Amino acid sequence: MQEFATKEITTDVLIIGGGMAATGSAVEAAYWGKQNGQKVTVVDKAAFDRSGAVAMGLSAINQYTGENSPIDYLSYVQQDLMGLCRQDLVMDIARHVSGSVHMFEGFGLPIWKDAEGNYVHEGRWQLMINGESYKLILAEAAKNAIATLGDDGEIIERVFVTELLMDKNDKNRVAGAVGIDIREPYDFYVFKCKVAIVACGGAVHVFRPRSTGEGLGRAWYPPWQSGSTSALMQKAGAEMTSQEVIFIPARFKDGYGPVGAWFLLFKAAATTASGVNYMEEGFKEGGELHNWLPYGAVKPIPTCLRNHLMMKAIYEKGDGPILMQTADAIERIASEAPDEKAKKKKMKELEAEAWEDFLDMTISQAILWASKNVYPEKQPSEIAPSEPYFIGSHSGASGAWCSGPEDLQNDASKSEYFWGYNRMSTVTGMFSAGDGVGLSSHKFSSGSFTEGRIAAKAAIKFCVENADMPEVDMDKVSYIKEKTYAPMKLYEDNKGYSVVDEKKGYTYSEEINPNYIDPKMFMFRIQKIMDEYAAGWGSQYTCSAITLNIALDLLKYCREDLDKVAARDIHELMRYWENVHRLLTAEAHVRHKLFREETRWPGYYYRADFPKLEEDAWGKVFVNSKWDDETGEWEMIKRDNIDIIKLGEVVGQ
Amino acid sequence: MPSFVITEKCDGCKGQDKTACMYICPNDLMVLDKDRMKAYNQEPAMCWECYNCVKICPQQAMDVRGYADFCPVGASVVPLRGSEDIMWTVKFRDGGVKRFKFPIRSNEEGSAPPDGGFGFGPGTLDDQLLATEPASLRADKLWTLGD
Ligand SMILES: Cc1cc2nc3c(=O)[nH]c(=O)nc-3n(C[C@H](O)[C@H](O)[C@H](O)COP(=O)(O)OP(=O)(O)OC[C@H]3O[C@@H](n4cnc5c(N)ncnc54)[C@H](O)[C@@H]3O)c2cc1C
Ligand code: SF4
Ligand code: SF4
Repeated sequence: MQEFATKEITTDVLIIGGGMAATGSAVEAAYWGKQNGQKVTVVDKAAFDRSGAVAMGLSAINQYTGENSPIDYLSYVQQDLMGLCRQDLVMDIARHVSGSVHMFEGFGLPIWKDAEGNYVHEGRWQLMINGESYKLILAEAAKNAIATLGDDGEIIERVFVTELLMDKNDKNRVAGAVGIDIREPYDFYVFKCKVAIVACGGAVHVFRPRSTGEGLGRAWYPPWQSGSTSALMQKAGAEMTSQEVIFIPARFKDGYGPVGAWFLLFKAAATTASGVNYMEEGFKEGGELHNWLPYGAVKPIPTCLRNHLMMKAIYEKGDGPILMQTADAIERIASEAPDEKAKKKKMKELEAEAWEDFLDMTISQAILWASKNVYPEKQPSEIAPSEPYFIGSHSGASGAWCSGPEDLQNDASKSEYFWGYNRMSTVTGMFSAGDGVGLSSHKFSSGSFTEGRIAAKAAIKFCVENADMPEVDMDKVSYIKEKTYAPMKLYEDNKGYSVVDEKKGYTYSEEINPNYIDPKMFMFRIQKIMDEYAAGWGSQYTCSAITLNIALDLLKYCREDLDKVAARDIHELMRYWENVHRLLTAEAHVRHKLFREETRWPGYYYRADFPKLEEDAWGKVFVNSKWDDETGEWEMIKRDNIDIIKLGEVVGQ
Repeated sequence: MPSFVITEKCDGCKGQDKTACMYICPNDLMVLDKDRMKAYNQEPAMCWECYNCVKICPQQAMDVRGYADFCPVGASVVPLRGSEDIMWTVKFRDGGVKRFKFPIRSNEEGSAPPDGGFGFGPGTLDDQLLATEPASLRADKLWTLGD
């Protein structure tokens, strides 16, 4: 097998990932790093310009608080998450986020303005943007920031981080990371650092997506993110939280085009096939939402409950599909124009706005509409609930259990939620942001960037106050290196088995080899288990202790089979490691689902054996977990949901 | 099929050590066949149709064909990305055509200032102020409990 050289990089702050959170971290770390003589290194598996969930672009900034109080934003988030969030973290982002958005404008991002020069809101918290180059512009600001550090700043692209390194003398202290260079000369990277900010986004393809043919990659969430954040941190022994709280977006069917502009900007209604406005029905006196008090009876209706109403209409009543009434909405807005000419102009404007929404962030949906001759001004379009995703920055809540800011605590929360450095996990020196921090949902792109900034400042403070470099055990690194490339060795050792002789009838493709399976099939195995036993779309989002335990048994075989997965080249080796990360994400998720004996987020998943909200038993606790890499043991933990602020009215969308 | 290369237009980025499409694809899908000097998508079923390769190709040698498992054949969506805006041509299966043009940035490429134009503020490592605050907040101070 090919030999891979080891390349060592020593730095102070290692930012792992290059998305929204990491760009925020880079901008902020560059400033504080320069002031305090600290070196900053960013490592991304892709090209910084176009990596992460925003690689394609976005059409809206979903968190902007403007004149609203952070408490108002908190009221909306806590309601949306059926009561469970970390108030300190949510308020912390909400108080800083508008500053980040103002910076985006200064970086060169076009934000829509009205005739008076005010931002155009999509909803109360969302701003419309021309966001085709959103990620590129932020990455540019981050690159320019890192450049101010001279030799003390570095951005490394196309290195996939496979695992973290721990201090030789303190098992609970991060000391670095290793990764594979997926470009020539294919070096093995060893990073040594004082702190690591783990910000590799969320996970897709843990559950089986709806399309499994050519459209496999067209999930809502981009196929290049595989749960590295949560896997890296869980494996390092961090306490993780709310791994059961996945997110299921309801989007235009198959293309996964966004619905935000349709609902919020155009005020379109969604109906069942027979024309019932199922959300209004559910909200009415005696409607389904009243079974989910106190959250169901207050607007805005939580995301999961909106899904729930949709799922009930489709699966129970057979009144699917669900339709977004685009034509009605366009006609209603256009009809408000004073005359025919103004109406025509308005129609043209709306048309461009509607298509830009797709072209900026989900081009596939535009192709799908064009290929099915869908003209939104003429006919409605189908929307559907997707497969589950891990995206703690959006309407899910999974991630690491992290310290909050010191000043946003009360006496009770201070001892539970604050341990010195903002956004540090329970592992010393290991920070996170964006999708990586649990229970501070609804931060989206702008809030993730903001949280990255918060974490970076605290990380520099940590470096200044803990000046000693942790020690990396190089013997252990040699062992890890061997393990890292083992799938390629497995392939090399066994590839001769494949025989290509079509005439004799025992032709084997390279994939069909009794000595190994390929990373893609391994991924399909995880997906099938999760879909069928852990409440994917194929099981109508329903599971029970029985099915979850089956999932655990089957996932255990997957873990045992990891050394039977082969990689033909470096690209496949990366796929292998992505699936190692998916596997740990999947296991954690199933454990969490099993532990929480209630159905708290109907519309995200149902526990058939505990079909109700159990407010007394589970309404005030978070489910946390720790995994011991050496023994493979899981520890499940309950943590209190402490009210720092007594919330009054829910402030809407 | 997701993205594909129009072979007659692709010049392999003139044999530079990294081609533009290979450089940009967030999922490491694009590779160069060095014998033919043509790029190709090595794993079409893992393509998000993000169009980053299409937008960046200097020869306009890349395009996208809608996923065969749910898109009727015949439509196309083609971008032309400049330094200030992007032009889209959407062709429907029934022959209808729509064109759109949207801005992509408000300043010159490369010029994004790390402070967003706000300068750096008075914060220290011991307070809660981020580098550009409070100026970037467009407020006098940062909110805290009790405000
Ligand atoms: C389809 C979709 C639509 C959205 N729409 C909106 C919207 O309209 N408005 C809005 O504000 N927000 C929106 N969001 C949310 C927003 O995109 C996320 O909140 C945000 O990107 C999260 O930031 P992050 O840094 O945590 O992750 P990402 O931005 O996803 O970044 C993850 C980074 O980690 C890197 N990486 C992954 N694994 C590794 C590894 N092992 N080693 C090294 N690097 C790695 C990736 O290359 C990437 O750079 C949307 C999200 C999705 C998926
Ligand atoms: S960027 Fe275009 S020209 Fe260059 S290799 Fe790719 S397809 Fe060919
Ligand atoms: S469309 Fe996006 S995911 Fe597909 S090959 Fe091009 S850059 Fe990669």
